[in-house]
Amino acid sequence: MAKLYSKKKLAFQNMLPKKDTISFLLNYSKALNVYKIGNVSVEFIAN
Amino acid sequence: MANLVLPDAVLVKNYLNGDESALSSLIERHQSKIYGFIYSKINDRDLSDDIFQDTFIKVIKTLKTKSYNEEGKFLPWVMRIAHNLVVDYFRKAKKMPFLRETEEFSIFNYMTDNSQTIENQMILDQVEVDLTRLLNELPDDQKEVILMRMYQDLSFKEIAELTGVSINTALGRMRYALLNLRKIIEKNQIILTN
Repeated sequence: MAKLYSKKKLAFQNMLPKKDTISFLLNYSKALNVYKIGNVSVEFIAN
Repeated sequence: MANLVLPDAVLVKNYLNGDESALSSLIERHQSKIYGFIYSKINDRDLSDDIFQDTFIKVIKTLKTKSYNEEGKFLPWVMRIAHNLVVDYFRKAKKMPFLRETEEFSIFNYMTDNSQTIENQMILDQVEVDLTRLLNELPDDQKEVILMRMYQDLSFKEIAELTGVSINTALGRMRYALLNLRKIIEKNQIILTN
């Protein structure tokens, strides 16, 4: 049976989000336009 | 390529000026730390992805609305957003716990449907019809007491007042009604069960 101190901790693994998530965020940023009218911010998502 | 050596503050400034690739550099630079932090709390890849996405949606919105004050603390700011979203997640999960079905546990072992099956309902209906026929075999005064007690849910005091007899008489009529019903059922070998 493997001894507990030989088990790799999660912190040592290089955790990364999915590529789809990153791709979505970048596309979202490109599509998002924000306009400030007075005190109000209006968000537009361009198709 | 040049973006990799630019400090965060410069990348943020470039992004605010319309350079979308600056955002890509920022995400690439910090994704491991931010995602790793979220995962260390949530322990679920899919949920961690959702929270990571929500974190950067907030970052993007804040930057685009020019509400971000650059003080050279981009990463701590993003980590704070991620931390708050993790806290929100645990608050929601506590209010509405989500149980996933496993081989050992099925929610249908605990959720029950108490309504009658069609077959049982048909049997019940038939028993009601048979009972009504049996009651019609009783003398009128006994039938009256049974109907008032069982179907109208009246107390014996109320039955006595309405029929103009004493409570003892009403009780007696009830007793004889039940005895006679049993005799009729036995004599005719009727089965009244569900």
